[in-house]
Amino acid sequence: MSESELLSAPAPTAMNYEIRPKPAGTSDAEVGGELLEVAMGPHHPSTHGVFRMDVVLDGEQVVKLKPVFGYLHRNHEKIAENTTYLASMPYTDRLDYLCSMTNNWAYALSVERLTGLIPPERAEYIRVITAELTRLVNHTCLIGFLLQDMGALGTPLMYAFRQRELILDLFESLSGSRMMCNYMRFGGCRADLPAGWLEQAAQVVGGYGQFLDEFQALISENEILVARSQGVGVLPAELAINSSITGPMLRASGVNFDLRKADRYGIYDRFPFRVPLGDHGDVYDRYMIRLLEMRESVKILEQALREIPAGPIIDPKAKIRGFRPKAGEAYGRIECPKGELGFYLISDGSPNPYRYRVRPPSLINLTVLEDMCLGQTVADAVIILGSVDIVLGEVDR
Amino acid sequence: MDEGLRNELSKQGVFTTKLTDLYNWGRKNSVWPLQFGLACCAIEMIAASMARYDLARFGAEVFRPSPRQADLMIVAGTVTKKMAPQVVRLYNQMPEPKYVIAMGACAISGGPFKQGYNVLKGVDRFIPVDIHIPGCPPRPEALIHAFMLLQQKIAAQTFTGAGRPRFLDPAGPSEFPVPEFGAHDLVPPNNPAIWRAPKVQRAES
Repeated sequence: MSESELLSAPAPTAMNYEIRPKPAGTSDAEVGGELLEVAMGPHHPSTHGVFRMDVVLDGEQVVKLKPVFGYLHRNHEKIAENTTYLASMPYTDRLDYLCSMTNNWAYALSVERLTGLIPPERAEYIRVITAELTRLVNHTCLIGFLLQDMGALGTPLMYAFRQRELILDLFESLSGSRMMCNYMRFGGCRADLPAGWLEQAAQVVGGYGQFLDEFQALISENEILVARSQGVGVLPAELAINSSITGPMLRASGVNFDLRKADRYGIYDRFPFRVPLGDHGDVYDRYMIRLLEMRESVKILEQALREIPAGPIIDPKAKIRGFRPKAGEAYGRIECPKGELGFYLISDGSPNPYRYRVRPPSLINLTVLEDMCLGQTVADAVIILGSVDIVLGEVDR
Repeated sequence: MDEGLRNELSKQGVFTTKLTDLYNWGRKNSVWPLQFGLACCAIEMIAASMARYDLARFGAEVFRPSPRQADLMIVAGTVTKKMAPQVVRLYNQMPEPKYVIAMGACAISGGPFKQGYNVLKGVDRFIPVDIHIPGCPPRPEALIHAFMLLQQKIAAQTFTGAGRPRFLDPAGPSEFPVPEFGAHDLVPPNNPAIWRAPKVQRAES
């Protein structure tokens, strides 16, 4: 066979099939008119829990998306209204079960606003340290899960969980529990740092920069990551503001709003740190923002671990028995790793809150899911959901 | 079999065993769990399969997203009344032999959320549970311990006789009725064939 014949003749492979002629009387327009409805979840490996997306597909494109919540509705608010203020603290651990420390802090802050308790200096430092460690845990795990959604099965998640275990060891020696810390109290913290804790924490934090370098070198330039995430799931800044999106998702869209800077709750005004901002608001920016935020958290942690003073860890006026705040209302909010987490409390002077409302960042960030997914493929919808960073314990409560 | 003969044979490179033991040995060392997380405990379940705890040492690292390929359902987290029909349906879709581990206080009894109006007070009201692990959430070591108990249970199963497992008994059910998410509660609220309310024993006064 001559060379020209070789080039023109089809190679004998299984891929070499002839496209079947269309049935008579059909056209492309009619074939493309059929829509497919798919219920993704509540049991689906990519939905990060028991969440359901009812997706309408045209071919592979998403034309409609309806989130269905409530598969993990655990009556958090109703239970909290029927129990004392302090007894709700363990329940806040189980809201966003990756970040129990920040949940504790948000609840403690709102009760402190209700009662006027003031945490002492050392407690404020401990709060900052545990909250920033929580941010490291959350962002590391989120990146692991996001890359798993993109098809990097196992490896990045293994790296993430290796790092997470180091921080959970710190939480365990501090509070007695790995995940459900139940550590903060109204007007301070429950127990002082154990001996040697600060040195151990400094060691973990000191090694974190190297881990981030390694992680970033392995993944950020990866061809598949770039191709799958750049320009996908764009959230315009205007829509983000109008939908009250908060947290890394808002900052990835280029809006400079971080409660640690805007509210300066606790002692965050003592820490010089930058707020990273994104340019495009796509999945890649949301991924990158989290990496950059972790580097800022490491800086805050290094400073806090260096400066932490000795002293009491709880306001002497705080009492556990007979805790009855005066009638009134209060709203405390903090920048938790997922966004603005707030607790709104109304007290009628009894030992139980009259109304207890959680402002969950995950749920409110989910409301723009359809806007981001329209026109994308169904495989992209999975990673867009992954980049929103939801935890169903907080979405459904 | 005579112990001396067995030793003699093993010196010659011939190992003898019972077919039951060989079959169970294979089964217990490759249990594939369903990749199925409900709430907080799912994170500890993932942690158990990661590098530090390494569930792969026990042959169970292959988490399958499809119930058709899974042998073990780890009910990791709170089962709400809205989710309970789906849990039972997933269990029905798994092929026999199948096992269930109820991981954590919520899956066992409703746990801290027991007083809630939307929380199922124990997954054993609808599906038969082999191992219960207490804890909120249980540590990964506790899951590994439950896993070793399950392996012991599998190794002790026989094929014939009265004590044979459900999947070898033609009269044994392999599917359980799926409850409906009714207007006020699940309909029916439990499966009376496998669960009955515990009788409260009162001391004679």
